[in-house]
This record gives sequence, structure tokens and C-alpha cells, in this order.
Amino acid sequence: MSIRRFALAALASALITGPVVAAETLLNVSYDPTRELYSDFNKAFNTHWQAQGNAAVTIQQSHGGSGKQARAVIDGLRADVVTLALSGDIDELYKLGKLIPEDWQTRLPDASTPYTSTIVFLVRKGNPKGLKDWDDLVKPGVEVITPNPKTSGGARWNFLAAWAYAQQKFGSEAKAQAFVGQLYKNVPVLDTGARGSTITFVNNQIGDVLLAWENEAFLALKEEGGDNFEIVAPSLSILAEPPVAVVDANVDKKGTRKVAEAYLNYLYSDEGQRLAAKHFYRPRNQAIASEYAKQFPQLKLVTIDKDFNGWKTAQPKFFNDGGVFDQIYQAQ
Amino acid sequence: MSSTTLTLATRANASRRGNKLGRRLLIISAWLVFVLFLLLPLLIVLSEALKQGLGTFFSAIFEADALAALQLTLLAVGISVPLNLVFGVAAAWCVSKYEFRGKSILVTLIDLPFSVSPVIAGLVYVLLFGAQGFIGPWLREHDIQIIFALPGIVLATIFVTVPFVTRELIPLMQQQGTQEEEAARLLGANGWQMFWHVTLPNIKWGLIYGVVLCTARAMGEFGAVSVVSGHIRGYTNTLPLHVEILYNEYNHVAAFSVASLLLLLALFILLLKQWSESRINRLKANAGEE
Amino acid sequence: MSRRTSPVIPGFGLTLGYTLVYLSLVVLIPLGAMFIHAAQLSWAEFWAIISAPRVLAALKLSFSAAFVAALINGIIGTLLAWTLVRYTFPGRKVIEAMIDLPFALPTAVAGIALTALYAPSGLVGQFATDLGFKIAYTPIGITLALTFVTLPFVVRTLQPVLADIPREVEEAAACLGAKPLQVFRYVLLPALLPAWLTGFSLAFARGVGEYGSVIFIAGNMPMKTEILPLLIMVKLDQYDYHGATAIGVLMLVVSFILLLLINLLQRQIAKP
Repeated sequence: MSIRRFALAALASALITGPVVAAETLLNVSYDPTRELYSDFNKAFNTHWQAQGNAAVTIQQSHGGSGKQARAVIDGLRADVVTLALSGDIDELYKLGKLIPEDWQTRLPDASTPYTSTIVFLVRKGNPKGLKDWDDLVKPGVEVITPNPKTSGGARWNFLAAWAYAQQKFGSEAKAQAFVGQLYKNVPVLDTGARGSTITFVNNQIGDVLLAWENEAFLALKEEGGDNFEIVAPSLSILAEPPVAVVDANVDKKGTRKVAEAYLNYLYSDEGQRLAAKHFYRPRNQAIASEYAKQFPQLKLVTIDKDFNGWKTAQPKFFNDGGVFDQIYQAQ
Repeated sequence: MSSTTLTLATRANASRRGNKLGRRLLIISAWLVFVLFLLLPLLIVLSEALKQGLGTFFSAIFEADALAALQLTLLAVGISVPLNLVFGVAAAWCVSKYEFRGKSILVTLIDLPFSVSPVIAGLVYVLLFGAQGFIGPWLREHDIQIIFALPGIVLATIFVTVPFVTRELIPLMQQQGTQEEEAARLLGANGWQMFWHVTLPNIKWGLIYGVVLCTARAMGEFGAVSVVSGHIRGYTNTLPLHVEILYNEYNHVAAFSVASLLLLLALFILLLKQWSESRINRLKANAGEE
Repeated sequence: MSRRTSPVIPGFGLTLGYTLVYLSLVVLIPLGAMFIHAAQLSWAEFWAIISAPRVLAALKLSFSAAFVAALINGIIGTLLAWTLVRYTFPGRKVIEAMIDLPFALPTAVAGIALTALYAPSGLVGQFATDLGFKIAYTPIGITLALTFVTLPFVVRTLQPVLADIPREVEEAAACLGAKPLQVFRYVLLPALLPAWLTGFSLAFARGVGEYGSVIFIAGNMPMKTEILPLLIMVKLDQYDYHGATAIGVLMLVVSFILLLLINLLQRQIAKP
């Protein structure tokens, strides 16, 4: 009985006190491939923050699929800042949770996107199947690895990049849909997140080509050594814009607005931009971008706003239930 | 008379001879299942963990986030298992010792968490305690956090491990019937005396096994906890979630090292169970000799 | 409710009351919340969600893979339980202790380990590739993962019952001229069947809901290798709470009916 009483007491006290709060903590809820970037950036920010005469801040990190992370914040995960894969996911924080204002994206420079990336191909060393561009991916016998666009932000950029290519080449939506359908016929595994796909391709040796975030592809190259893989830049891809935002409802409740805003602003500083570039994100700052220009392949990029009328149009059209992606799979 | 004995002996011998081949086949296939199904996954986990030597293995286990995850896991187990233990005995008692209307439904309800996907177990707590959920807004107003904190993790763990103790006890208690307890009552024992001296010793084996299952499952639960955890590194990550995180950070060796830590914990629990079982059997044997 | 036997044994009110309260707080009220949430949908909307081809495909896959896995375990598990209880042989103790491994191994780790083993480039998977078929990323892989995860259930429910049947009963039957099959049919089967059904239903129920170990090895292709729990997760991550709860309710109702049937069957058999 005493054990039970102890357990009840423990449960009760846990219910009342909630998680233990240290001095000042900042929770950054982010998507999958930013782990390495933010583990470095958090250290740099803390140094910078203390140099300005502030007390050290404990920065907590949470990573996962972009949509899943946004939902957790909507459901009550007390994120001070969100740094997600696409603006469509942060929009939901306004739409469903009313946690941020509708115009959140105008509050920081460059539509609140301090760094960008794009979608490239990662192929096995020597490119044995000779994959140069998107139309090589629909050939029979080529296995393409990409995550599920329903759950992964990166996968949605992948999908749209392929769509943009097909639309420009064939000129009609029907043909683009047929092309992308053909491409997904060559996909043997749909992981739930970008990292899952990378692991499938790199560690489990499945597939001939991985459609990946550029930074993710470079990271895989770095982690696994350059001996097994190489990066192929297609003729056309998409400018992937992962935005950041302060979650107003949470920072106001916790009283962390000042540090949260400083945190995001620091992403735009020279140090922040260099760190982004070091982790293979394309910096927004032109001067710093040109310092690192050599490391990024040159390619033609379409954008979500100009070519797809923004996420508010693209998300329901392509990825919601009954959208193009569902039609592709139900046709098979 | 003698001819009957002879025929019986021959028949017994024949059946033993027939059994010998079957016996060998069974033992070989038991070994096959063991090697293919149990040993190989175990070895793969261990070999991946020790790929870069013991140094890397230990540094992965004694890293701060891993220790925090271990602490959280043990805490969640320490709260949820005793609660489920008491519940399990009570539920098995009323199901196996009495006949009442609606018993089938009760048994099915007790089993229900088992057939509920861990994902649903997480989902229901989100629907209840999440900011968009039924009592979420009230909780937020009072600054009480249930999901994405320890209480949510404990609740999800309790949910998925509710049936284990009961499930082990019911068949055992049904098989044993109620005669012994009735006798104890007739001899003047009160309810608790009867329970401690008659029922408990009889169900010990099942009880211990139920607790072992409960603990093992609570320690390794992934799906349900993953939905309500929030994945805050070093704070709301249990060990299995920490394994996933490391795995996703190209940190294979560390992931498998932490996984093998879980494995060792589990093997340790299994050893405890073997040991207590043999103790019980010895007690039984001694009682038989007296 | 009325109790009909054993008026001598106390504690009915206490235990039943406690059982109901605890069960309500932890399980029934939260599940009720899901049903209330789903009740906000009209029948037509509910039907539209659960009759979508993708949901039906996942439903079929989840239940059939779990059924096959439980059946495989029903056979392997019975043989294992028999071997472990009746024979002493080298390594028996090790096997006996290790039966619970699938249970103790966190499901995510099991998923990673099995994928590493059975993927086309894996230790075992490459033999399958040589033979011209694939294990990982097909329904075979899903069934395999479920068989692994649910392996202990049949073994563990049968063992104590088998150990309680005195060996002399079978020997006596054999001596009286019963053939092995007859011994099995008339002596062992009636004693074992209730426990076997329990083990089977546990394995089946667990298999239907299993998530962690399956998603790694399944491939997660819509219409082909996508299981129901994953579909719930997918709906949830699209902020489609209604879709997620509708599928959740569907799963629960189907599982509940199946379990109720098995429990009734079991009580039918248990009666003399």
C-alpha cells in the first residue's frame, strides 16, 4: 500500500508542478534536418546573449517531421520559437491555434526565412544508373527514395520540384500529373520523415537516388564520407524556404519574448548566416552567400509563391485528402 | 494378468519410441526459432553498438541526455507499474472469483487497451488534454501541463500496460477455483488473511510474470509516448525515444548503444523473473515433501 | 449486477468498484473523449472517411497481417511451449528466458533491427533476394514484424496450463491404447484451448495496433503497405483530427467485437 501511496503522491506532485523550470529556458521546435545546425547555433547564441550582459539561457530542442511538430505546438507543446520546413505548417499555428498573428511572416526579413535550401539528387558513387535530371527518374528500373508528402515537409518540396520540372517541359497539368505519378511508381519505400528516407538510402542501401534537401544531402556526404555517394543537381529545382517564428501566445505567457526575438534575429546576423552556410543552408545575406558560393551548385529555381501561388493554394491542391497526391496513389 | 501388463508395457514403449523422433524435431525447431527470431535481432543490436569499441559504447550511455532519458523512463515505470499491479489483482479477483452479469464485457474492457493501437492511446490523451482538447483550455489557464510533460508520459504508459497483470492472473485464478479460499473462510480467516495466506502464494508466479511483462512493456513503449512526449531533448525523451533521436542523427553506434542498454535492463528483469520462478518451484517441491 | 456463486468469499464490491473506477479514469473516459469527438461527424461524413479506398486497404492489411501473424504464433508458440515444458535439452533455460525478448525490446529498436536483418541488403534479406522475393517493404515484412512482436503471447499463456496437466494423464491414456492424435484430441486439446485462444487473441489484438516496429519495415506505401495506425498518425499530422478519430473509432469497434467474440467463445469452451 505504501508504494501505491508514494506513487500517487508522485503523480499528484507531478500534475501540480509540471516540468521543472530552470532559470530561463527557450524551447525551439524544429523539423528533422536542422539538428546539427541548431546544436551549433544554440551555443553561439548563448555566447552572444551572455556577451550582451544577459544570464545564460537553457535552450531546449525538439525535432521531428514538420507537420507533426506544428501539430504538437497547436496541441500545447510550449514552443517559444518554431523553425519549420515550410510556411504552410506555421500558418496552421494561426489558423487552428491562434497562437500567432496572421501576418507572422512579415515580422522578420525575407518572409521570415533566414536561410533557404533546395532539392537535389543524392546518388551512389559513380552514378551507376546515369541519373542526370528529373526525366531519368521515371525510367523503368530506377528506384527513387523520397518520404511521404503527407507527413514530411521536405517531401512536399520534392514533389513540387518534380511537378515544376514536368510542367515546364510538357506544358500541361495533366501531363505533369502523369509524370509525377510515373515517378512515384518508382518509389519502393515512403518513410514518414526526411531523415527516415536518408537512413533508408544511406544505411539500408535501398534505391538508386534519394531526393533530398540540399543540406541533408551534403550532410549525408560528410557523415558517411565522400566515397559512397555523390550529389547530382537537376536542371531545375525549387527554392525551399523554411521559415521561423516566435510563438506569441507562449512567449507572452512565459515572459520569454525578449530572448526569443533575439534568438531569431541572431539567425540573420553574420555569425548566424555563416553557421547556416557551414551546415549547407543557403544564406540570405548576399555577402555571406557569395563567400560560400563555391559549395552550392548553380541551378534554376522556381519558387512556391510565384509558381504555385503560395502554400495556401499548393497545400490543399496537392497534399490534402483527395488532392493530387491521393489521386496518384489511388490510380495505381 | 501378466499378459495385460506386458501389452501395457509394450504400448508404453512404442509410444515412447514414436515420441523420440518427434521430440528431436521439436527441440531442433525450437532452436531454429530461437536463433532466427530472437538471437539474430539481439546480436545485430549488440554488434552495431560495439562496432567502435567499448569506449564509444560507454560514452554514449553516460552522455547527459541519455542519462536524463534513463531517469525519465525509470520514473515513468516506477509510477505506472505499482498502480497497474494493484489494479491487476483487484480486477482479476472480481473476474475470477465471482459470476456476474456483464463479466464478458468487463474482461473485454480490461483487454481493450491492449488492442488499442499505441497511436490511439496517445491520440485520446491529446484529444482530452491538448490545447484544442476538452479540458485543454482549462489546464492552460491554470498552467497545468499534462501532455508534453511527465504526467502525460505516465498516463500513456499506464494506458498501454493496464491489462498485463490481470491477463496473467485470470486464467490462473480460474483454474485454481475458489475451494481453498472457501476453506480458509470456513476455518475463520478474515478477508485479508485469506488473501495474504491463501490466494497470494497461489498466484505468485502469475503475478510476478505479469509485473515483468508490465515493466518490460512500460520501459519500451514507443508509439503512445511518442505522441504525448513533445520530444524535448534531455527533458521529455524516454529511452526508446532517445534511441530514435540518435538513430536520426546519423549516430548509429550511440543509438544501438542506448538500445542495448534497454536490452540489458530487460534481460536483467527476465533474469530476476527466472530466479524468482525457481525459488517458487523449490518452495513448492519442499512443501510436497513434507 | 448480481453475483451467483461463492457468497463466502469477500471483496466483490471493493474489487469490482476499484476496477471500474480505475478503468474509467485511465481508459474509458479518454476513449470516450475520442468517441465524443467522432460524434461531431455526421454518419455521412464518418462513412466517407472510413470507406475511402486508402482506409479500406489499410484496414484489410492491418487485420489480415495481424491474423496471419497470430496464427503463425498459434502454431509455433504451441510447439515451443510444449517443447519447453515437456523436454529437458541443452539450452532450454536460455530459450525459456529469451522468449520474452520481443516484448522487452522497445518496438522501435525491434523495427530497426528487423529492417537491418531483412532489408534486401541485410543479413537474411539477401537470401530472399537471391530467391527472387522481397521481405522488407512488403506485407510479408509487416507480418514478420508482427510475428516477432507477438511471439511470447501464445507460449506464455500455454506454458503454465501445460505444466499443470500431469504427464501421467497422457501416459495413462497412451497405455489405455489411445493414439497420439487421440491423446491430443481428447486429453490435451480441451485443457489447452481456452489458454490458446487467450494467447491468440492477445497476439492478434497487439498485432492490429502495433506501430513502432512495423513502420520501419513496412515501406508505408499508400494502398499497399500502409497500416491503420500509420494512417491515423498521417491524418493527425495533417491537422485532420476528425479523420484520425474516425479511423480510431473504426479500429476500436472492430477490435472490440472480435475480442468479445473470442472471450465468449472461450467461456463457452471453459464450461464443462
